[in-house]
Amino acid sequence: MGKLGTWTRRGFLTVGGVIGGGLALGVAFAPNRLAIKGDPRKLNTWLKITPDNRVTVLVPHCDMGQGSQTALAMMLAEELDADWNLVHAEPAPAMPAYATEYLVHGFALGFMPAWLLPRTVDDVSLLIADMVGLQLTGGSASVRMTGEAGMRVAGAGARAMLIQAAAARWGVDPSSCSAALSSVRHVTSGRSLTYGALADDASRLSPPTAPALKPYTQWQLVGTSPPRADIPEKTNGTAKFGIDTVLPDMLYATVTACPVFGGKLVSVDTAAAAKMPGVHSVVRLDDAVAVIADGYWRALQAVRALQPVWDFGGHGNVTSESITADQRALLASGDGSADVKRGDTKAALAAAARVISAEYYVPYLAHATMEPPNATVRIADGKCEIWTGVQDPLNTRSVAATAAGLAAENVTVHNFRVGGGFGRKVPASFDFISQAVQVAKIASPRPVKFIWSREEDIAHDYYRPTALIRFQGGLNAQGAPVAWRAHYTGTAGENASQIPYGIDNFLISSSKFSNHVRTGPWRSVDHSQHGFFSESFVDELALAAGKDPFAFRRDLLATGSRYRAVLEMAAAKSGWGGTLPPGSGRGIALTEAFGSIVAEVAEVTVSPAGAVRVNRVTAVVDCGDLVHPDTATAQIEGGIMFGLAAALYGEITIDKGAVKQDNFSTYKVAKMVDTPEIAVFFIESHAPRGGIGEVGVPPIAPAIANAVHAASGVRVRTLPIRSIAMPPAEPPSEHASAQ
Amino acid sequence: MAYDLTVNGQTHHIEADEGTPLLWVLREQLGLTGTKFGCGIAACGACTVHLDGAASRSCSVPIESVGTQHVTTIEGLAAPGTRHAVQQAWIDAQIPQCGYCQSGMIMAVSALLTGTAQPSDADIDGQLTNICRCGTYPRVRRAIHAIAAGAAGSASHG
Repeated sequence: MGKLGTWTRRGFLTVGGVIGGGLALGVAFAPNRLAIKGDPRKLNTWLKITPDNRVTVLVPHCDMGQGSQTALAMMLAEELDADWNLVHAEPAPAMPAYATEYLVHGFALGFMPAWLLPRTVDDVSLLIADMVGLQLTGGSASVRMTGEAGMRVAGAGARAMLIQAAAARWGVDPSSCSAALSSVRHVTSGRSLTYGALADDASRLSPPTAPALKPYTQWQLVGTSPPRADIPEKTNGTAKFGIDTVLPDMLYATVTACPVFGGKLVSVDTAAAAKMPGVHSVVRLDDAVAVIADGYWRALQAVRALQPVWDFGGHGNVTSESITADQRALLASGDGSADVKRGDTKAALAAAARVISAEYYVPYLAHATMEPPNATVRIADGKCEIWTGVQDPLNTRSVAATAAGLAAENVTVHNFRVGGGFGRKVPASFDFISQAVQVAKIASPRPVKFIWSREEDIAHDYYRPTALIRFQGGLNAQGAPVAWRAHYTGTAGENASQIPYGIDNFLISSSKFSNHVRTGPWRSVDHSQHGFFSESFVDELALAAGKDPFAFRRDLLATGSRYRAVLEMAAAKSGWGGTLPPGSGRGIALTEAFGSIVAEVAEVTVSPAGAVRVNRVTAVVDCGDLVHPDTATAQIEGGIMFGLAAALYGEITIDKGAVKQDNFSTYKVAKMVDTPEIAVFFIESHAPRGGIGEVGVPPIAPAIANAVHAASGVRVRTLPIRSIAMPPAEPPSEHASAQ
Repeated sequence: MAYDLTVNGQTHHIEADEGTPLLWVLREQLGLTGTKFGCGIAACGACTVHLDGAASRSCSVPIESVGTQHVTTIEGLAAPGTRHAVQQAWIDAQIPQCGYCQSGMIMAVSALLTGTAQPSDADIDGQLTNICRCGTYPRVRRAIHAIAAGAAGSASHG
């Protein structure tokens, strides 16, 4: 292993040599608890400089098209003063050493994604210890956590060491040297050496404990948009996804699981399927049946020929209607647990001149990633190898180890770029990994490529939870809001259900709802529901107060605040207040998620028949400083399209305990024809960096719904919108206060 | 059943059950994995290839119906070492995100532009029905107009 045995760790930065000469630098955030304990060779190296003067950045996050491979490498290269043309990013291997440790610290510091809240324990140390194995891409965390505290520190530390190495070589003071474009230069003599020539010397130095980071005024690379390295191969078919794995002697398999979650396989007659051409075997799983064949198509035909008998686990009578009735009963059964509390909301509502009440509802949603769940698995000689594309390769290993009955060290995961994640390909949703391993055991030692049909995917997702919320808003005699009361089903917590407006009396509470339908994180998680809820109801209050929805919001935001700046710029850029043709209207919404503040204005037309068309969306984003503005723009555009699809069409319904939708024919998503003009603007407030991958989603549904009201007079309180029932439905119930 | 299949200018002798979709022959027998599986019902377009130049959703093209039609996949869209104008425009506009749907999107757009060199927004909306869950549609539209306007880079050696 060459010099790998000489790793040392000092302070935050860890240093070592590279086989063949060079410098490797890693970042250890919590040395006492770090997963590298016990094996110093498992250093979380994030940076390598080799004698050919090339810089390799090992990125511990996967490529889902979010561009963080490029962005993270840029953050490191900026602090390193590296020549960008000599830098390339590589995915870090699925080893504990590359766990996205800082993500864990992010949780401890309060940035924890809401979808992980149920996993929180009171003791932060326990939490960190529990999650130390995390190598997750999610929570819009790559840039703001791994980048800020990992890549930048590693880059700055390496720069300092390279300068120190050069100064020693020349016998001069380090302060007389400068670095630029992957070289160190002695300012007075003009001597210079490349990083590659200095890397080996630098690897013998002690890393600085707290290298100085550049202030944003000195950034040259960060804030520009160099072409993403992954794009050319995504235009000519050479980009490899997990589903493209080809192994010698490989078999193919597909599966059908019990249509009702929590059900079991009782029996299945496999005789006919087993005789179909190319079929290798029929595999009975606890709650599913799979077929292994010599091709996917033959496996699918055989699975479809099966007539399994299921035990629905007592859930066979559940419908969407019964679920909504259960949610309503839950809200009626008590006040819920308070997530956010300020002032005396009950008294303020009782004293209010007017009280507006409304109930909102959102359905289950599927992720429908373009690459269906799949994994290729080979089990042979007591080892298990997996080829797949997931958001957390490290936990894939543990899920696979359990399914294979092997120790984790006997499982190797080859992670590929992810053909759409959006929260579907995270450890809590790794049923397909477990299935693939169980199926591969039967074919051992031959490898099996296990692919879900789209029908299986739509009907066996871990869905964005449905939620029901009840609001009461109190207005005083002048039309100013004095009380905000919300009670919802779910576990969104303070983070997602909070609103930024200055209302004196606040009470937001939740009642945890669960049933047999499995749920999971979905791009922007609870913000996808609560953005719609809160920003629609704020609109209702504004209109009830007889005020312009933009002005009403603005007046509730502190002068000089980031919220107000974002909102005002969105109004200005969208031409808020300007005239539109009859049947058209604008809606505005403001949300905060993952540390970023986003306002969106939608411009829609509602036809006389009630068809809704979104013509234009203006987005303004304050995510702190930008790393790669073009990628950030693309992520906001994509978030808007993802949220627009859900707002207009997205709906998973339940009948007889099972999901009714089964493909894109019944689970409608957005296409070209639905695409508005989108204009994205950024405010670089220099606030701490926020996320970008998810934050475009939450404001779009309420912006559209509010625009629909402006265009048609119809208030949308249930998603999806589909089309509007004209003429307008009943206005919100209003009653005098109980004074 | 045995079939002679012409793909990217080469004729292959293959064996497949009648009814086997062209997609799986391309991916599993010919190793052309650039063409993607998305839905299996011709709803998403991830599997789009050209049959005699026309965009076709290969997941729903039974192998026996291909006959003597020439199949072009993403791997054969441009001559080796070159880029088709659509591929170049996709790089210029930095379109792909996850990239999974883009082979099909590019094949659909190249066929669209062959038939309609100057497509209107209505043409694009009507003829380009591929699904991209990352939401690259705004850039796709801009890139199509840029190609039509001759503003995109011409084929270059890549």
